[in-house]
Formats: sequence, C-alpha cells, structure tokens
Amino acid sequence: MANTMQFDLVSPERSLASLEVTEVQIPGADGDMTAMADHAPTITTLRPGILKAVGPSGTEAYAVTGGFAEISATGTTVLAERAYPAASESREALEAHLEEARAKVSGVEGEHKDVAEKMVADLVKLLEDMV
Amino acid sequence: MPNLKDLKNRIESVKSTRKITKAMQMVAAAKLRRAQDAAEASRPYTERFNAVLAGLAASVGDSDAGPKLLVGSGSDQVHLLVVMTAERGLCGGFNSSIAKLARAKAEELVAAGKTVKILTVGKKGREQLKRDLADHFVGHVDLSEVKRIGYDNAADIATDVLGRFDAGEFDVATIFFNRFQSVISQIPTAQQIIPASFEAEEDADATLYDYEPSEEAILADLLPRGVATQIFAALLENGASEQGARMSAMDNATRNAGDMIDRLTIEFNRSRQAVITNELIEIISGAEAL
Repeated sequence: MANTMQFDLVSPERSLASLEVTEVQIPGADGDMTAMADHAPTITTLRPGILKAVGPSGTEAYAVTGGFAEISATGTTVLAERAYPAASESREALEAHLEEARAKVSGVEGEHKDVAEKMVADLVKLLEDMV
Repeated sequence: MPNLKDLKNRIESVKSTRKITKAMQMVAAAKLRRAQDAAEASRPYTERFNAVLAGLAASVGDSDAGPKLLVGSGSDQVHLLVVMTAERGLCGGFNSSIAKLARAKAEELVAAGKTVKILTVGKKGREQLKRDLADHFVGHVDLSEVKRIGYDNAADIATDVLGRFDAGEFDVATIFFNRFQSVISQIPTAQQIIPASFEAEEDADATLYDYEPSEEAILADLLPRGVATQIFAALLENGASEQGARMSAMDNATRNAGDMIDRLTIEFNRSRQAVITNELIEIISGAEAL
C-alpha cells in the first residue's frame, strides 16, 4: 500500500513522533482537517485540540496547544508549541496550562481578550475530548 | 628556608583544591552531555520553524505593510540588548567574553547617538556590566532557580521582550550568547531578533503552499513564536557552552594543581634532606669536638 506518508511531530524541547501514517487529523485554527498522502502543500496554524495520526499499526493521539502544521505531498510536519501524548498522565500539564490561559484572560483587554477567551474555550473542549 | 610543617600543610590544601576542581570538571562533563542532548533535541523544531518562517517572510515581507516584527518600526533609534550569561562563575572566560561583546556593542551604539537599553539574563553578566552600563539596565531575568532550561523559560523572556516592543520601548533587539562550537571553543555571538533577520537561504525549488488562514495571519501568529524559538535556541547553546567552558577551565585548574603539588613535593623533600644533613653535621662535629 503506497498511501502512506511521513509524519513528524516536534516540540521545541524534543521530537515526539516520527512515523509512517495513512492520515493525520489536524485541529486547524479555521477548522479540523485531515491530511492524507498527496495532499496539496498547505501550512496551517493550530488551535488547542487533539491531533490524531492514523497509521497501519494503529492510531496515535496527541494533545497539542498551538503551533502550526506543514503539509506536503510526501509528509506532514507538525510543530507544536506544547504537545503531550493524549493519555491521562498529560491531564495535569494541560490543566496547568488552562489555569495559565484563564489568568491571561483576566489580565488583558480588548482584542486580545477574545483571543485569550477562545484559547480557554479550546482548552476546556480539549480536556473534555480526552476523557 | 620554608618550614617543613608549613610546606606539608600547603601540599595538603592544594591536594584538596585539586579534588574539588576534579569533581567540578566531572559534574560539568555530565551536565554538558545533557545540555548537548537538549540542544540536539530542539534542532529539528528550530530548523523547520525558521525554514517556514523564512519562506513566509520572503513572500509577504517585501510590502511595507508587513508586520512590525518583520519590517521593524521604521526607526533604529532605541536598541535593546538582551545579554545572556550564566548564573554561576568558575567557567573560564565564558561570562567575560559575552559581557565584552555586549559592552563593545553598547559603546558603539552610544557613540553613534543611539539609545541603549539592556536586559540581562543570568546574574554574572549583570554584575560585569553593572560598573559602567548600569544606567541602561531595564530589566533582569533570574534563572538561578531553573534546573533545566525549558521552552517556558524562553517563552517568558520572549513575552517580556515582545511586551516592551509593543509598548514602543525599543526599535531593534539583539541577543548576546555563546554559540557552542566545541568544549574548548565557544563563540560569543550577537543575533538580531527584532526585526527578524533570516540567514539568506535560497530555496530554488520552494514549494507553493496554501495557507490557512491567510499568509498574513499565519505570519502574525508565527513571528512572536519565532522570537521565543530563537531565544530558546540561544539559551540552549548558552547552556552547553557554559558547561563546556567550565569543563575546560576546571581541567586546566586540576592540571595546574597537579603541577603545583609536584613542585611543592620536591621543595619539601629538599628541605627535609637539608634538615637531616644539618643534624648529621651537628652530630659529627659534636663527636669530633670530644
């Protein structure tokens, strides 16, 4: 089956995944999208959400909090600001992140407030999705 | 003639100094490994990031309407120097070389009639620059409690710097750090981060990407992250450099202590022989006198 592509998930601190996959579900800033092999080259920013990589050996899920994805015909590279394997042990880190985002909401005004509130909403949804 | 007892004490104290420097060298070697691993692990991210950002900047950046972080604020009157040094000393010329570079740059800018503001990261640089540049200090980031440099530390510094930029406090920001070359060589480096400058990388076969949302929106989102990424990379380079510099400084100190012990031991033995000879002469001349 030739319909696989290279998938890399890297965060500033380490590389989390590098594997062959058939499709990647990406929480894009403008909506979710699924990238498969031979996808048109695209760059999109991410919102906090669950990123799923479906490979021949199963599905891997990661919680990402922001960053961007670069999709080309032969591979997908996701550069996440923070990324965790979507398992229960990551909850704590994400909850801390949510607290931080909440603190930010109360600290800013105007246009930035909307952005910060959206961040909180996305994070809450992300935590719900993980259960 | 030096007292035998004094010499013996001296040798003992140099020996314990050598033990300490040896231990510090080994600790630095272990930490260097970790620091290098961390720098290695961050490289894929930084490289991809810069590649994408450079591509975006090339397609958007030509217009004057580009984001301020990319095209600058239209002036270069006020400079912010972010000086990154270690929290600890005893690492050879590591801190001094950064301080020296930063000081030279600051003096050059002041001579050119620019306003200079300095943000220090790490205690040692602050101490060295305090003497003649204290008036220019605008802030300090303390990393002495941080055991392992994480992206969060870099993000905090970036938030601080970006906040100041948005408030119009400066026009150009430059970071100073030591680039890790090898254990015995670290290169003090000045890198301009605002407005963003990219090492010219001609991609002949640059792919045409679709952007979602628009190119401008992505660029506006990525540029602040780019600042954090560059600071993070600089912090990691600095961390590895610090341990490398400390390792070679402590290696030298250990060797010097060894040489000193040899010298002192020879002196000690000579003195002891002289004492014995003296005593013999006294005994013999005493016996002859009888």
